[in-house]
Amino acid sequence: MVQPGPAGDDPIILVENLEHTYGNFKAVDGISFAVKRGEIFSFLGPNGAGKSTAINILITLLTIQKGRAVVAGYDVATEPQRVRESIGIVFQDITLDRDMTVWEQLEFHGRLYDMPVKDRRDRIEELLKLVQLEAKRNELTKRLSGGMKRRLEIARGLMTRPTVLFLDEPTIGLDPQTRMRMWEYIKGVNREGTTIFLTTHYMDEADQLSDRISIIDHGKIIISGTSGELKNTLGRDLIHLETDNNEKAITLLEHLPSVREITVRDTLIVLMVNEDGTRVLPGIIDTLRDAGIEISSINLKKPSMDDVFVFYTGKDIRDEGQGPARPHFLRAGGK
Amino acid sequence: MKDRGLPARISCGPEGSNMQYGFVTIYWRDMIRFVRFKTLLISSLLQPALWLAFFGIAMASNFDAMMAGMPVPAGIHSVGYLTFMAAGIIAMTTLFTSLFGGIVILFDKNWGLMREILASPVGRNHIIVGIALSGVTKSFIQALIIMGFGVLIGAAFFAGYAPLQIVIGILGILAFVALFALGFLFLSAAIAISMESPEGLQGVMTLLTMPIFFASNALYPIDSFPEILRVISLYNPMTMLINGIRYFAIGPDFYALGHHYAFTQMDIALSFLGLVVFSVIMFVLAWWRFRKAVVT
Repeated sequence: MVQPGPAGDDPIILVENLEHTYGNFKAVDGISFAVKRGEIFSFLGPNGAGKSTAINILITLLTIQKGRAVVAGYDVATEPQRVRESIGIVFQDITLDRDMTVWEQLEFHGRLYDMPVKDRRDRIEELLKLVQLEAKRNELTKRLSGGMKRRLEIARGLMTRPTVLFLDEPTIGLDPQTRMRMWEYIKGVNREGTTIFLTTHYMDEADQLSDRISIIDHGKIIISGTSGELKNTLGRDLIHLETDNNEKAITLLEHLPSVREITVRDTLIVLMVNEDGTRVLPGIIDTLRDAGIEISSINLKKPSMDDVFVFYTGKDIRDEGQGPARPHFLRAGGK
Repeated sequence: MKDRGLPARISCGPEGSNMQYGFVTIYWRDMIRFVRFKTLLISSLLQPALWLAFFGIAMASNFDAMMAGMPVPAGIHSVGYLTFMAAGIIAMTTLFTSLFGGIVILFDKNWGLMREILASPVGRNHIIVGIALSGVTKSFIQALIIMGFGVLIGAAFFAGYAPLQIVIGILGILAFVALFALGFLFLSAAIAISMESPEGLQGVMTLLTMPIFFASNALYPIDSFPEILRVISLYNPMTMLINGIRYFAIGPDFYALGHHYAFTQMDIALSFLGLVVFSVIMFVLAWWRFRKAVVT
């Protein structure tokens, strides 16, 4: 599913057979992927899937145990220092000093990365403008709203003009409006040429923000591709049915050539169809009616990222951790 | 923790980088915080003066009255209790400030900048050194205030000294204070990076201050202590620091609280050396803890 980059174009992040174990727990279980220069790449997965562990290895906060990871042309195992100098990071939790001003946080970062005075002062002005915090430059961080703090962190991550910007759950805890605005900032930064690697457990974030997505669960990458490619793996349309005799309905519908796969969630039958659902639907209804099966509800929709996620991980991200092996619930409607 | 690009020696700067002054950045930031919290700043400066003003004067008036009848050996410079204990107060203040100087590390780890710093190209030894230097600066300011205030309320520091001798005296005191402060700041940093909660840290620190402060010659002579306690006190860095302060502030030979204090230059050199060894050991401890620390 992953398309290799154009010939001669080395990936900006290359990970091969990465494994990481805490005690007996394998948090990352042999993942491999490549991120192309200039793209927005997402790790989509529930909490505890291994996203943060993987990102922490890439940003050199965790020592690599097994496998290989190259970031911005440098191996994290042998040249962590170079990796550090080439990347920007926005951590999952707010990592700001409440008692420093907006300007001081950026100045501190510039100094940490040994930027020359003139360069870092100019850069601070540029970034304050970019994230619209110019008026807040002398404000203590504790007086900023959640969205402003996030913007400040993004500005900080960009201070050194990094080749790659890592964003670990960039919009966690933000209100919907602020999230939209954060996406705009992130897209803007990406348009300027910064490659973006982000982790998220929000479907819409992965769907709307990323060029390519890897769904990760239990430390493994389950599937990768563009949002469109992932959705296409579920067929063209999804049909949700509720009947008075699901078992019988399934045995009948299984044999229809247009039906690609059937799954059951509670009382719902979910059909993945290869053709235009509106054309398949009448045939399905006829088949069931002829067999004397009563249809109590019917719903036709395009596969959403939620459907993709539920299909491949076997769980709804909202009930994470307790899902049975097969999907049990699919929210109707989607996006 | 694998190599973070730190060379195997204390000398700084990761390979292939001109990151020689990372500790200055850490220092700069810690000093910003120091002057930002006005109440904390003022109380940290006022507290030692208050110790001196209340405890010092109260005890001095009692001890001096008790000692009044006792004969002072002829030809020995005798000093009052206030002068005697002022040296102890400098040491006590340095101890407290230094032991609590590492707390910022714990706060950074739990709620602040630690990940930002650890993920930067700055070496971990720079974090330790930066925090330690800002702690030393704070201790210098406090020591100078106590000396000034002490002289003001009657401590006979630098009595009869020529200006040059006073300068040397102050520099000598600051050198001792610096070494002692470094040692405890390193210790504090080592504990802070290893602990999870500020409450736990507070507990450990309080537990440490008690014996260090009281098993020393800060407030009274140690000569008449039971043998074990006396030996402990003798090797207590606190005692070494106070010996140095008294040597430089009062003189090599004086009489106080019914005891004759005489320091040879060798004694003072040994105390100084003791403090050097102490702070080197504490640095190694801190460095080891920092290298092992994983903050994600």
